[in-house]
Amino acid sequence: MEDTILNVKGLKKYFRGFASLLGRRAPSVKAVDGVSFQVLRGETFGLVGESGCGKSTLGKTILGIYRPTEGSVTFKGREIAHLAKKEAKKIRKDIQYVYQDPGISLDPYWKIKRILSEPLVIHTSLSRKAIEKRIHKMLDEVGLSQEHLSLYPHEFSGGQQRRLGLARILCLNPRLVILDEPTSGLDVSVQATILKLFIELKRQFDLTYIFISHNLSVVRMMCQRVAVMYAGKIVEMGETHGVFSDPIHPYTKVLLAAIPVIGKKHGREKDLSLSGEPPNPENFPSGCRFWPRCGYKKGVCESVEPDLRAGVHGRWVACHLVNQ
Amino acid sequence: MSGLRLAWIKFSRDRLAFSGFLIILSLILVAVFAGVLAPYPEDTFSIHPAARLQPPSLTHFLGTDSMGRDIFSRLLFGARVTLIISIIAVGTSLLIGVPLGLIAGYSENWLSELIMRIADIFLSIPQIILAILLAQSLGPSIPNVILALSITYWPWFTRIVFAETRSLKQTVFIEATEALGANPLRTTVLHVLPNVSSSIIVRSSIGMGFTILTAAVLGFLGVGAQPPTPEWGVTIAESRQYLPDAWWYATFPGLAIFFVVMGFNMLGDGLRDILDPRIRRGFE
Amino acid sequence: MNQNQKETLLSVSCLTVHFYTDRGVVKALDRAELNVSRGEVVGLIGESGCGKTTLARSVLRVLPPGGRIIDGTVLFTGKDLLKVKENDLNTSVRGKAITLIPQDPFNSFNPVFPVGTQIKDIMKWKGNAQDGKEIREKRILEMLEQVQIPSPRDQLKKYPHQFSGGQRQRFMIAMALLPGPSLVIADEPTTALDVTVEAQILQLMASLVLGRGISVLFITHDLGVASQICERVVVMYAGQDMEDAPADSLFSNPRHPYTRELLESLPNPEGSIKDIPGEVPSLVRPPEGCRFHPRCSQATDHCSRQRPEKAAVAADHWVRCFHPVG
Repeated sequence: MEDTILNVKGLKKYFRGFASLLGRRAPSVKAVDGVSFQVLRGETFGLVGESGCGKSTLGKTILGIYRPTEGSVTFKGREIAHLAKKEAKKIRKDIQYVYQDPGISLDPYWKIKRILSEPLVIHTSLSRKAIEKRIHKMLDEVGLSQEHLSLYPHEFSGGQQRRLGLARILCLNPRLVILDEPTSGLDVSVQATILKLFIELKRQFDLTYIFISHNLSVVRMMCQRVAVMYAGKIVEMGETHGVFSDPIHPYTKVLLAAIPVIGKKHGREKDLSLSGEPPNPENFPSGCRFWPRCGYKKGVCESVEPDLRAGVHGRWVACHLVNQ
Repeated sequence: MSGLRLAWIKFSRDRLAFSGFLIILSLILVAVFAGVLAPYPEDTFSIHPAARLQPPSLTHFLGTDSMGRDIFSRLLFGARVTLIISIIAVGTSLLIGVPLGLIAGYSENWLSELIMRIADIFLSIPQIILAILLAQSLGPSIPNVILALSITYWPWFTRIVFAETRSLKQTVFIEATEALGANPLRTTVLHVLPNVSSSIIVRSSIGMGFTILTAAVLGFLGVGAQPPTPEWGVTIAESRQYLPDAWWYATFPGLAIFFVVMGFNMLGDGLRDILDPRIRRGFE
Repeated sequence: MNQNQKETLLSVSCLTVHFYTDRGVVKALDRAELNVSRGEVVGLIGESGCGKTTLARSVLRVLPPGGRIIDGTVLFTGKDLLKVKENDLNTSVRGKAITLIPQDPFNSFNPVFPVGTQIKDIMKWKGNAQDGKEIREKRILEMLEQVQIPSPRDQLKKYPHQFSGGQRQRFMIAMALLPGPSLVIADEPTTALDVTVEAQILQLMASLVLGRGISVLFITHDLGVASQICERVVVMYAGQDMEDAPADSLFSNPRHPYTRELLESLPNPEGSIKDIPGEVPSLVRPPEGCRFHPRCSQATDHCSRQRPEKAAVAADHWVRCFHPVG
């Protein structure tokens, strides 16, 4: 499949618990526990789920901020999951990560000009003038002006900080950009502006996005395909339109029903599937991780974990009810 | 409004810090211009037995000492000695302590453990006793005082820098910098260091006060500066036998030490507040 | 409908609040107006900086340092809260007649005391003075069951960090309802929660206040959330109130240009995005007249010179605009 830019297979990321004085180790946090999916060149691939489902950790593990515990990540045909630091640096140029809270991802003691130049200084041997030219052009692309160069990060609004975060990584011409909660905390109107910017930049720079978000309405609008995560695993994956209009996995159904939409009131009766909370990543239930909250559970769900299997119309679901 | 100007305005509103600043400014000016300001500059070495132990008067503002030397002039020159000792001692501690703190904070392995244990060892050495020992073996002198102070003060810098580096490692922007591909050297020097600089500067200011006090104590004990150097501690030591009659002999050097140490402490506190660029730019 | 529901419980008029900062005077609220009837759930929506939180805080007179109420009246059951003595405010209003559900459930509790101790302490202070210890405890346990905390007696012994955000928010709701308030101010109570937990909490709040005569001032920036729980919605922008209407009318037929553009900029499944041109103005030097006029497609000269009066454009549907749309 030459169209595939990223291929993730069986990726796991566990965080080891701290060892106490008595030598007992707290249980591992299984943030990402066996995730497989593919991202096609030029698409916007959505990764949704609630807090603790592992989507941010997944993004950071793909990028290389975290070393995977197990599994493989193939980028443009090359295996990058367990690379040595030097090799990793070369790849890092092509995959970039935009942080959720851009305000804190920028060094508060550095002026913007320096912040934007840094990726180029690290990865290229361009002259100062060449770097300056690129930065100026990039500022234009993201809708900021030259006078912003001499300011400090905290002098910008949330929306502007997001643009800065984008500008910083775009200077390196990445192929794949992982956006982590790119609109959280933004006002609705600012969100709209930023999303427009994402779309425009994608077109102009020929980017592929992995769009991590808990905001389902935004994901529905921006992503061609989406994967729903729960407790470190993907429970449903497929074309966005299909997943949103006809969800198969019980969790996806619950998630979509919970979105507060104007004009559609939540059911007044106490809905069993809406009870409970996402599980503790240190202590997952046995079998299917969703079974304690599932309104459709059968006996097998409590003991055996369902696999993610392909079904009709390119939809993947991990559920015993569907996979016979 | 430029950042510096805004910082200055904020700083000057903080009365305590600003007073500290004025005191230290005076100290520096006095030390530099002692030669011009002192009415009797020759009194650093010449003696006038006839004018000994005279109380404060119009000719000798702060009185004279046991050798008839003008105390005021000697105080002014003493500022020089004091300042030099402290600057070199604190400077050396900084140069040793800060890099070690950065390394210990950034690495999370046996190296950081090693550095911190060594710092603990040096922290447990009593400064004054070490200085006395050095004086016994190598002879009392100002360089020995500086040596003793540097050896025992650097761990304070290491500790602070270590703690802040560790906490900065958790921050998103450091993680983002590493994600961009920056190597540890770049990250620590260009990113971590500026962010800990305000703590370092504050600690330096307080350290100046601390070393001045200790240097004076050592001078008083006779293990540091030696007569006829007009060091403040030495002067107080000399004055002991003439108390309580010649009260001016001990009081004025004592007051000088008091104000200078307090000045550095107040300045240090005030600096902490204004050094963050977020505050420098008027962010509320 | 109950006759009571038309009785006005809270009436804020002409409220002007300034913040004195290093950067200058932030004119956070400009002659803001708001009414809450008895038993009504009123939503206060708007984007950041619109003044919704400031307005809510002003009702209780708990503004952050640098904030000053310059002008206005806050009538609560006939008394002007801005003129009431601080002491009286503490004994009978704050935490009693008017309670607050804060935004961040993770920081609302003192981490070093068990949850039960904190709730009991507050009830000792804010509950009925005549109630003995047993009655107090009974009331607390009953309320905890109502907010769907299972086996409440055991949970009270635990520490805040042992609870998730959703559970902590349930405690907050319980504490807000226990003193028997007439008005609950909920300041973005579900913003920090996951969407499924948010849905549960909204359902819970609705069931607890509707039909019991408790009024709620529900502050949120999430229009979807507002549409779920609010009977009436007030839209704010840059310190001014813009539109005040029943929720259904407001969302189906917004009359103020800002409200309309706000609704249009919500993400929609078709994939087209509309944003509002321009930026939120600085409140240190806010625009004259209607503060939305620099970004408004309907604006005329008049809009920049005078702030519009509150006028009815339909039954019970009020707008501050010289050129309402729709």
